[in-house]
Amino acid sequence: MKVTLFATCLVDMFQSNVGKATVELLERLGCEIIFPESQVCCGQPAYNSGYVRESKEAMKRMIRTFQNAEYVVSPSGSCVAMFKEYPHIFKEDHEWGLLAQQLAEKTYELTQFIVDVLHIEDVGAQLNGKATYHTSCHMTRLLGVKSAPMILLNNVKGLEYTELPGKEQCCGFGGTFSVKMAQISEQMVDEKVTHVEETGADYLIGADAGCMMNIGGRIDRTGKPIKVMHIAEVLNSR
Amino acid sequence: MTMKIGTGDFKERVDQGIHDSFMRGAVAGAQERMGTRRNDAAEELGNWEDWRSHGEEIRQHVLEHLDYYLQQLSENIASRGGHVFFAQTGEEANQYIQDVVKRKNAKKVVKAKSMVTEEIALNDCLKQAGCEVIETDLGEYILQVDDHDPPSHIVVPALHKNKEQIRDVFAERLGYQKTSKPEELAGHARLKLREEFLSADIGITGCNFAVAETGSFSLVTNEGNADLVTALPKTQITVMGMERLVPTFEELEVLVSLLTRSAVGQKLTSYITVLTGPREEFDVDGPEEFHLVIVDNGRSQILGGEFQSILQCIRCAACINTCPVYRHVGGHSYGSIYSGPIGAVLSPLLGGYEDYKELPYASTLCGACTDVCPVKIPLHQLLHKHRQNIVENTGQAPISEKLAMKAFGLGAASPSLYKLGSKIAPAAMNPFTQGDKIKKGPGPLKAWTEIRDFPAPNKERFRDWYKNRDKGGNQ
Repeated sequence: MKVTLFATCLVDMFQSNVGKATVELLERLGCEIIFPESQVCCGQPAYNSGYVRESKEAMKRMIRTFQNAEYVVSPSGSCVAMFKEYPHIFKEDHEWGLLAQQLAEKTYELTQFIVDVLHIEDVGAQLNGKATYHTSCHMTRLLGVKSAPMILLNNVKGLEYTELPGKEQCCGFGGTFSVKMAQISEQMVDEKVTHVEETGADYLIGADAGCMMNIGGRIDRTGKPIKVMHIAEVLNSR
Repeated sequence: MTMKIGTGDFKERVDQGIHDSFMRGAVAGAQERMGTRRNDAAEELGNWEDWRSHGEEIRQHVLEHLDYYLQQLSENIASRGGHVFFAQTGEEANQYIQDVVKRKNAKKVVKAKSMVTEEIALNDCLKQAGCEVIETDLGEYILQVDDHDPPSHIVVPALHKNKEQIRDVFAERLGYQKTSKPEELAGHARLKLREEFLSADIGITGCNFAVAETGSFSLVTNEGNADLVTALPKTQITVMGMERLVPTFEELEVLVSLLTRSAVGQKLTSYITVLTGPREEFDVDGPEEFHLVIVDNGRSQILGGEFQSILQCIRCAACINTCPVYRHVGGHSYGSIYSGPIGAVLSPLLGGYEDYKELPYASTLCGACTDVCPVKIPLHQLLHKHRQNIVENTGQAPISEKLAMKAFGLGAASPSLYKLGSKIAPAAMNPFTQGDKIKKGPGPLKAWTEIRDFPAPNKERFRDWYKNRDKGGNQ
């Protein structure tokens, strides 16, 4: 199966390990990976800040980039949710609206793709330790992907899973919110880190680079002995 | 005075909220209690999503035919001898009510809880007219006794206070000498209020929903105070936001069920009262004179526009009870009597961007509010629409942000520029980097790194790794 990878700008620039893990994992599961060099950012930072005009240029670039792909897969629920929003954003533009619709329909978040399209529930991963999982808001609420990550994590050998208290609460990232409303963001991320600590987990697993940078950044700053891992890295551990 | 509350700018109010540990403890506890109760009450129905869709349909239908139903409502009230007044502004509503008060030579008004009267600052207006105003909802009463502390929540106005603080307020202002037990506090308030009910000249209520077909209006409460407000005084004035009505009792039932479950996690509240016009010949109680004041105050400007769905709101506060931002900053930070997600959408519409331009940004767009809304208002999308308006139409967005976004537009649209930018990023960030972390970032990163580390850009980007690997260099 040919899979075109939408790596996301954060993974490309800041978390290349997540990109590598995604490629290796999908290849191990029998996929052939294509990474189009012309991909940029999905436009979400500008779009969510209200700069719709500016963000549309990035969106058009992404629509063109992935136009011929069979499946588009990305290790980020939030960025996939943005792709799913494209048809709504271009709804008054017939030509782009149609292309946006095609892109939205063939785009999957990584765990969703593995469980729903590849029909694999055990990827044969092993990671020893206690873990908890942060259910990102865009991934669960906007994209509706709730069970796939749990199914896959439950089958990771050696992983002892504890549910995160207050798991449905936002971590306080929110893109530009994290710097525009830094003071409020700090309270939110602190509460999240406290909950992570309460679980006694060695690993905090996430599926969205933004949330992970936020929670991970606070964990690092406060010197807590918790390792933040993307679910692709966990599923690629053997 | 309008819906605006508090002093200082948004940042100052937030700062105050964040440092108020009593308030934060009270809010977090209340969110957990009410959130859990709401979830259980919704689940219990078995088909909550169908109920939500039905609620949404009813509200949308009413808004599409608002002129028709408002006319039907007012004709039915008039035919029973009630008076109806359409107020285009808050001032007009206040003036009308003040005129009634003067005509009746009223000295004391008892009030049931009503957000729309807070919105138009009716109490101030009545006091200026020399009339004593007594709030009879327990929460509102507490706030009134506490030197008119403004409400911080649309359903539980004194949510920001814990019972010890309430005991102290009662002790200081009312000579209360008992404990902080809720039963004892409520008992004391009840004694005091009973005297007020019996001596009031006029009763003023809000309106949860009016019923167009019968010319009735409903009040949903747990304390029974609204029933005394409507039963004892000779004159009654009911104030309603112009969108708060339903066609018939059938729709009333659906919306009341959605309201009580979403607001307080109850199947029904202790009292659901439906009243129709003034006292009739064989009625044993009720007012001799009835006035309905229908308040526009900016609502018809919202109708028919891109924010119309906010008028679907039934004021249940489920969005407030789930909002992670409200949780930490409390209601007063919003600077409006309408707080939380509903307030962040509604306040800029009713009060203008000048005073409320920060509110749409006080959200991570996490969507928790949209998920719980019983009439499916896409709250986080409306917050986003405000942001777009502020950027495109008001010129109020910061210049530095505009430039950054322009650069983003150019960079993201051009793969070569984007690639160049991400390639030189590690070198550009080098002076700020320690190991693989940035601990004190420049420009927009400064705010980030004041509280958290930021990852240094990877020297080998993912795309570099992929390219090398393709060439066989990185297997």
